[in-house]
Amino acid sequence: MTTASAAMPKKKKKRLSVANTINYVVLFLLMFICVYPMWYIFINSFSTPASITRGVFILPYDFSTEAYQNLGDITNIGSSIVVAVSRTVLGTILTVFCCSFCAYILAHRYLPCKKLFYRLFIVTMYLNAGFIPYYLTVSGIGLRNNFLVYILPYAVQAYFIILIKTYIESIPGELVESAEIDGAGIVRIYWQMILPLSKPILATIVVFAAVNQWNTWSDDMYFMQGRNSANLHCLQYLLYQELQASSVVDTSSAGAAAGAGIKVSPTSLRMAMSFVTIFPILCVYPFMQRYFTKGIMLGAVKG
Amino acid sequence: MTTATQAVKKKTAAAGGKRKRQITLVLLLLPFLVMIGIFNYAPLFGWSYAFVDYTPGVSIWDCQFVGLKYFERIFFGSGDFLRVLRNTLAISLLNILFSVLPAIFAIAISQVRSKRYAKIVQTCTSIPNFISWVLVYSMVYMLLSSEASALNTILKSLGLIEESLSPLTNVDHAWAMQVGINIWKTLGYNAIIYLSAITSIDQELYQAADVDGANTFQKIIHVTVPGLLSTFFVLLLLAISNMLSNGFDQFWLLGNGMTWDKLEVFDTYVYRMGIRNMEYSLATAMGIFKSIVSIVLLSIANLGSKKLRGVSIF
Repeated sequence: MTTASAAMPKKKKKRLSVANTINYVVLFLLMFICVYPMWYIFINSFSTPASITRGVFILPYDFSTEAYQNLGDITNIGSSIVVAVSRTVLGTILTVFCCSFCAYILAHRYLPCKKLFYRLFIVTMYLNAGFIPYYLTVSGIGLRNNFLVYILPYAVQAYFIILIKTYIESIPGELVESAEIDGAGIVRIYWQMILPLSKPILATIVVFAAVNQWNTWSDDMYFMQGRNSANLHCLQYLLYQELQASSVVDTSSAGAAAGAGIKVSPTSLRMAMSFVTIFPILCVYPFMQRYFTKGIMLGAVKG
Repeated sequence: MTTATQAVKKKTAAAGGKRKRQITLVLLLLPFLVMIGIFNYAPLFGWSYAFVDYTPGVSIWDCQFVGLKYFERIFFGSGDFLRVLRNTLAISLLNILFSVLPAIFAIAISQVRSKRYAKIVQTCTSIPNFISWVLVYSMVYMLLSSEASALNTILKSLGLIEESLSPLTNVDHAWAMQVGINIWKTLGYNAIIYLSAITSIDQELYQAADVDGANTFQKIIHVTVPGLLSTFFVLLLLAISNMLSNGFDQFWLLGNGMTWDKLEVFDTYVYRMGIRNMEYSLATAMGIFKSIVSIVLLSIANLGSKKLRGVSIF
């Protein structure tokens, strides 16, 4: 009797550990599938074109930075990086400022018709006029071939306003009231109290807004069409163009070109360009992780 | 007497101050109202383009009014509408079908004893969500689909294939391919919300299950899964209300001439018709259809949420 009961848990434990091992292995495989493509691009971008055609899978083969040195040959690559960085920085600042200020005003206890104004903002999340009317409106106000099209449409976003407003409402009202008694005006309270106090949620918004700005490319395709806006394209769009061009040209000619002594094949150039595009995300990712986790939670509570 | 008038004065002053403050607040909000007015409400007037023969550059008042001509053309004019609707719904439904995967993935992570390993898995698997679709396209192309892709190089060197595989131009597996890519991109990120739901499950339930002699699998099925159901339903309803918008980027980038038949969805169709083929009125009509159906779906989802959980989702 006692031996049987003693043997039971032992057996159970063993079976569980098998399941656990499988679990660990499956999770490892999933992790590998998610990370390997980035690693693949990284190692290939640092290999010589000849070795790329042979196949580079684990470590850079014939380490070389030629591909990166030749990035400069791509037309407008310099301006595209400047545009991408400026839209990310300016766009993020504008979004965070606008959304937090809106949220503050909408949470203000003296705002008349509070509900109506709040609804006006929230409805924009669900009411979508469709792409063509949006395109014609934005073109109509002169934002075509204009840098502002990258940042103005994203300045006020209802979802961010909800997140910040919820946070501001959790700040004790007495704090704001005592500042009012001391004679601080509406804007001053926002600048000196609300902004510093809502830093945690603003950090989350910064992360989301910045990643969106860096990754967006389609507005570039929609609105930057003229020849005079060639230097207003973003890095993502240039990469898209490069990929489009290469899927037309047969890749075997790239291999032939590499054999004929042409230094950089389109493939290695694309690898390098892809890596330049992904690099900023990979750099900030470890720092931003805890912020986006928080953002999802808040969104989940509300959304 | 004097004190009373003083009090009255003070009161009116306070009321005046309040009035002034209210006006200031509205004035401060005004620029932002103008902004959503321009970018969110003004486009709604563009719906009128669907009812006229619109040519760019011509004022809407000078265009020929054609009534429902373009709606008729959409629904009865060509097979395009049915094809686009089929693709949109099929891809959305497949995505919804596989939306249980993040929940399963979250449960798998929560079973990992080593917190550090769990954290690493979570971190690595949510990276793809933060990569742009252009880069996803680049990766898929270089790893799987090009002549010199990793997949082709490996399979050829093993002697398994002679002809290069090209999954991106394979029309038969186009849906599976896109749904697979979407799972790859969102699995880890979508699991985060389930992971937090798991941590908020009452630990006493697990202890009670322990007392009853439940093993790990029984605990998962009888405690964890019921604890995740409400989160799952909210996400399911949101997915249903978003069914017609499966995104422009993914299908514009990863679709091509060979796979259009299976990968043309509303978002890409509206762009292709409207901007590329200059069929503004037709594309606007299509957009109106999409918007209205989406709002109806959202209302249904909201109603469902109220019925099921007593909470509205927005």
